[in-house]
Amino acid sequence: MADIVNMPKLGFDMAEGTLIAWVKGEGETIDKGELLAEIETDKATVEVESNFAGTVLKQLVTEGAIVPVSSPIAVIGEAGEEVDVDALMAEAGGDATEEAAATPEPAAPSPAPAAPAPVSTPAPAATPAGNSSLPGGVKASPVARRMAADNSINIASVSGTGPDGRIIKKDVEAYLATPPAERAAAPAPEAEVPAGPALAPLAGMQVGEVLPDQEIPLSRLRGAIGRRMVQSTTSVPHFYVTYEYDLGPLMSMRKQANAMLAGSGEKLSVNDFVLKATALNLRNFPNLNARLDGDRVLHMGRVNLGVAVAVENGLLVVVTHDADRKSLRQISLEVKEKAGRARAGQVHPDDIEGSTFSTSNLGMYGVEDFVAIINPPEAGILALGGAKQVPVVEDGEVTVGWRMKATISVDHRVSDGAEGAEFMQKLKDYLENPVSLML
Amino acid sequence: MAQINTRQAISDALMEEMDRDEKVFILGEEVGVWGGTYAVTKGFYDKYGPKRVRDTPISEAAIIGAAIGAAMVGLRPVAELMTINFAFVAMDHIVNEAPKFHYMFGGQFKVPMVLRTAGGGGRQLGATHSQTPDAIFAHFPGLKVVAPGTPADAKGLLKSAIRSEDPVMFIENATLYQQRGEVPEGEHLEPIGVSKVQRPGDDVTIVTYSKMVGYSMRAADELAKEGISAEIVDLRTLRPLDMGPVIESFKKTNRAVVVEEGWPSYGVGSEVASRIYEEAFDYVDAPVKRVAQKEVPLPYNAALEQHALPQVEDIVRGVKEVL
Repeated sequence: MADIVNMPKLGFDMAEGTLIAWVKGEGETIDKGELLAEIETDKATVEVESNFAGTVLKQLVTEGAIVPVSSPIAVIGEAGEEVDVDALMAEAGGDATEEAAATPEPAAPSPAPAAPAPVSTPAPAATPAGNSSLPGGVKASPVARRMAADNSINIASVSGTGPDGRIIKKDVEAYLATPPAERAAAPAPEAEVPAGPALAPLAGMQVGEVLPDQEIPLSRLRGAIGRRMVQSTTSVPHFYVTYEYDLGPLMSMRKQANAMLAGSGEKLSVNDFVLKATALNLRNFPNLNARLDGDRVLHMGRVNLGVAVAVENGLLVVVTHDADRKSLRQISLEVKEKAGRARAGQVHPDDIEGSTFSTSNLGMYGVEDFVAIINPPEAGILALGGAKQVPVVEDGEVTVGWRMKATISVDHRVSDGAEGAEFMQKLKDYLENPVSLML
Repeated sequence: MAQINTRQAISDALMEEMDRDEKVFILGEEVGVWGGTYAVTKGFYDKYGPKRVRDTPISEAAIIGAAIGAAMVGLRPVAELMTINFAFVAMDHIVNEAPKFHYMFGGQFKVPMVLRTAGGGGRQLGATHSQTPDAIFAHFPGLKVVAPGTPADAKGLLKSAIRSEDPVMFIENATLYQQRGEVPEGEHLEPIGVSKVQRPGDDVTIVTYSKMVGYSMRAADELAKEGISAEIVDLRTLRPLDMGPVIESFKKTNRAVVVEEGWPSYGVGSEVASRIYEEAFDYVDAPVKRVAQKEVPLPYNAALEQHALPQVEDIVRGVKEVL
C-alpha cells in the first residue's frame, strides 16, 4: 500500500513552501527518516525527511513549485507497485490534513496566548487553491496589474485590501502615494549612475562605465521581512531612548573569562554579556517583555531573547529561550549554534520562533549607534553599537575608557518614554557591574 | 419644455409621423375604436379612419405577418402587440422573417416596420403575462430592439424607429406609461443604437435600460447620501448595442453593475459584462455585478412579485458589493 507524503507545516505561520530540490528521485529507495526533499519557507530552507520507508514511486510536484501546507508532494510505496495517484489522493484527502496537524509543532512559549501573532496579513497565503495558479502568484484585479506594470512596480509588493486580500486599484494608488523609501521591498528607483571621473579604478571595471539596471526578484525571505517591517512601521508607534554605558569592568571580566575558556573552543563575546544583562533586566520590566493584544497587554512569563542575524539577502531573528535563566556560556553557545544554522540556511523552526524581545548588534561594523524597527508583536528591540575605547573624563582627568551606546525602540501603545529610560538606566547596573551577570 | 407622460410622448410621436408620412399606418388588437389597450392610440381612429388605424383579429401571427407584407411593398406599418408575452405565438414572423428578408433576398426587399409592444412585471398579471424577455429578441441579427426609459427617449426613439429601413422591436414598459418627464415639443429624434449617460458619476457605472433607469436613478440618490457617486448609462437600444459610453465610463470607475428587469441568465447583464471583460479587461477592479429578476416564473401574489423583481435596494446592495 502506497503512502502520500504531504508538504509539512514547519512553523506556526507557514501556509506554503517552495520545493527547492528533490533529494530522492523517482524509483530510488528511501528509509524512514532519510532526506526526501529540500523546502524553502518564508524563513529558511529546510530538509524534509520521509515518514515512510519504500521506493519513491512518484513526485507529484516539480522543483520550484510552491505547494500549500498539507498538499501531497510525493508517493512512496513498494517498488513496481501500481499506484492510482488520484484514487490515493482522494482517499487520503481527509487524512492528509489530520496527519499534518498531528505533526508536532514547535513548542509555543507559555502562556498559551504567547504564540507569536501571524506576520502581516495572512489572507492571500491562505487561499486554499494555491497561489501558484494565480498569475504571478498573487491575487490582483486586472486594473491593479496594469497600473503596477505601467508604473514598473512589482505587484507582489503591494498589499491587497480587496475581497480575500485581492490587490485592487486603491491599493496600487496607495502604494504609489507612499514615498519609495517607506515602501515594502520596493524595487530600487532608477538611479542615475554617475558617469563622472571615478576616484579610483575598480577592479574589473572600466572607469566611468555605466552599469545596466538589473531586476532582482524578491526572495521569499525578503518578501516576509518587507511585510513584517511595513506592518511594524505602519502600525506600531515607536519611540527611542539612547544610553551610553561604561564597559570598562565588563571588558576586563570578559578577558578573564576567555582566558579561563582558552583551549575549549568557547569564547564569550561582548554581545553575550549584553544579552545576559538584557535578559535579566527584562525580568525587572515585564511591561517591555510584552505584546499588545487588542485591548490588553500580555506580559510574557518567559524571557525569550531574539538576536538578529544577518543571512544571505536578509536577516533572521534566532531565539534563546529563557535567556534570563541561562548562564553566559549557555547563551553564548546557543546563539552561536543557531546563528550558524541560520547563516547556512538550515535553521530549525524552533530556532526562530517565540521571541519576546529582540536585540540587534551592528557593533562589528564599527557602528556607534543606530535605531532598530520593532519585530512585531514584540513591544521592544534593543539596538547595540560597538564597544570602543574613547577619551573620557574621570575625576577631572582625561583618560581612556570603554564605552558602548545602545538605543531601545519601544511600542508607545504599550509603554512610555520614562519606562524606556528606566530600562536603559537599570541596564547600566548589570553592564557596569558585570559580576551581577554571574550570580 | 413640456412635462408629459410616456403615453403622451408615444402618442405624439405616432401622430407626428402619421402626419408627416401617409404611408405610416397602425394595426393591432383594439388599437382603433377602443383607442388601444394602454390608450396610446386614443383619438387616432377618428382622425385617420379605419384605413390607417386597423383593428385586427386576435391573431398575433396575422398582425405581424400582415405588417411584414405591407412593409415589403412600401408601407410603414406600426404593429401593436398588446403585450410582449404574446410575441411568442408570432415568433416565426418576428425572428425568422422580418429580420431576414432583406438579407435573404439580396437586398431586393426591406422590412421597415415597427413592432410596438409593452412588457414588464409588477402589475399582478401572473407568470405568463408579466415577463421581460427583451434579451431573446436582441439575440437575432437583423432585428433592432429599442427599449426607452424616459418619455423624451420614448418619443425621439419611436420617431426614429418609424423612419428606420429595418424592422424595429419597440419595447415599452407598461408601468412607465404614467411616468412624466420633460419632452421636447415637435420634431425630436433620438438615434437608435446610441447609449446615453443619464447621470454622471465617478465611483461605479450602473448600466441599465427601460424601467430600471428610474430605479437606478433612485438608487444613485441613495448612494449619494453615503458619498458614493454612481454614473448611469442608459443603453436605450439593445441591438445594435452601443458599448461606447459604457466602456468609457468603466475605464473611469473600474466597477460596474448591470441592472435589468428580466432574468439574469443569458440576459442583457451577461452580454454587457462579457463585453466589458472583452473590451476593458485591463480596467477591471472587481467582477461585474448583475442585478436582475429572481430566476422564477413571476408570482401573482403582490408581495412575492415585488420580491422577485429587482428593487432600488437591490441596486444599492449590488453597487456596494462591487465597491
